[in-house]
Amino acid sequence: MLLIHCPWCGDRAELEFRHCGEAHLVRPADPAALDDTQWAAYLAFRDNPRGWARERWRHVHGCGRFFNALRHTLTDRFAATYKPGEAWPEPPI
Amino acid sequence: MNGFGAFRLLREALRGQTGWEPQWRSPERPQPTYDVVIIGGGGHGLATAYYLAKQHRVGRIAVLEKGWIGGGNTGRNTTIIRSNYLFPESAALYDHAVQLWEGLSQELNYNVMFSPRGVLMLAHNVHDEQSFRRHVHANRLAGVDNEWLDAEGCRAFCPPLDIHQQRYPVVGGALQRRGGVARHDAVAWGYARAAAALGVDIVQNCEVIGITRGADGAVTALSTSKGEIRTGKIGVVAAGSTSLVMAMAGVRMPLESFPLQALVSEPVKPVFPCVVMSNTVHAYISQSDKGELVIGAGTDQYPSYSQAGGVQILSHTLEAICELFPMFRRMRMLRSWGGIVDTTSDRSPIIGLTPVPGLFVNCGWGTGGFKATPGSGHVFAATIARGEPHPIAAPFSLDRFATGRLIDEAAAAAVAH
Repeated sequence: MLLIHCPWCGDRAELEFRHCGEAHLVRPADPAALDDTQWAAYLAFRDNPRGWARERWRHVHGCGRFFNALRHTLTDRFAATYKPGEAWPEPPI
Repeated sequence: MNGFGAFRLLREALRGQTGWEPQWRSPERPQPTYDVVIIGGGGHGLATAYYLAKQHRVGRIAVLEKGWIGGGNTGRNTTIIRSNYLFPESAALYDHAVQLWEGLSQELNYNVMFSPRGVLMLAHNVHDEQSFRRHVHANRLAGVDNEWLDAEGCRAFCPPLDIHQQRYPVVGGALQRRGGVARHDAVAWGYARAAAALGVDIVQNCEVIGITRGADGAVTALSTSKGEIRTGKIGVVAAGSTSLVMAMAGVRMPLESFPLQALVSEPVKPVFPCVVMSNTVHAYISQSDKGELVIGAGTDQYPSYSQAGGVQILSHTLEAICELFPMFRRMRMLRSWGGIVDTTSDRSPIIGLTPVPGLFVNCGWGTGGFKATPGSGHVFAATIARGEPHPIAAPFSLDRFATGRLIDEAAAAAVAH
């Protein structure tokens, strides 16, 4: 089980959290202006990297708030968690 | 030829088993040119190569495998085979596979130990019962066998099952008698042996590191850890690593890769006659011919390539198993492992063409790809050979995410991953 640092509550067990997919996906401002391919790209197509991934988590059984994280998908190690709206940190070398 | 006839067995018994040869050719290096290259030497990739060589005249074929054949999800699953999926498209695809399973040992002349011992899916509440009855009706309309058993019927079919326990009382179950299990390694080995006998080159320890496209966008070559290969057709069958391979050709995929765990117990005498799955409490279990209980757990909640998962996922499943089958409470588990499964948003696979000419993909099997191995290889081989989707594969195209014709089996899977 992962130990996850909520930016508001501190270190908590993974059981308190819900993974919410890739981070920094911006919903198109005018969906009606998109064609089907662009809309599909927003809805379904993902980076799915092997390495550092930026992802969204939610502290569902805690403060209930969303935050972003930088996690390595081969080691599952978190490099950082940060609040929504903050700039993403650069991955460690 | 490496047969296993009675005379050969007797002769080898007398010579100390020294006369056996490798069952398939595995060249150390690939040729510089192939007509079709399959990336991924798991069951699906080997089956694809076999049907390409057997049924389609496509010339020289290679299967490139990063590790060893059958070492990924083919060797890491719980070997359950069934076809009682809800939607007609899925039922057609998975039942195509079950029909091929039924004759596979004869087809390959290699015993894959297909054992149609019945797959029983338990219902624990009214919602389950309504959902499964709907499945039974839908399956029968699609020509797939599936029947409803009441609680006593479930116990009669699977005597170890405790239908009266307090926590997860059993109200009934859906039974597919043609479903069952097979020996996962033998499937990979059998397809490899049969494909190699037809001239397919199976190159192991050969990692693809780049895909080259020509001026018109079509694929022209591959770079691998064992050199360049020129080819006009590439079939990507890389399961959890599909996103990474497709990115080499500049194609983004609607996939996320998750760890899925399974575990086996110490081997015991035959105690468990069938396959039992429970969607609601998330447990599935069968007994291998070796005697181990084979138990499947769930996926972790986050994408990962670690081939390991959280212990809480395993304990959740084992708690459910112990409630349903109290006789297993003192059983010791021998080992557990994780595989990386590539899931789509509608939990149905992607089989077919890509935006890149000459590049074909077969992926997205998620948590249930083993059961489809022969059918998947069969329709994917036809898709590659003809350059257009096989009729059974057509609904599972990559562009369904743009057209919106999703095949939403997410809630219809045997267990909710």
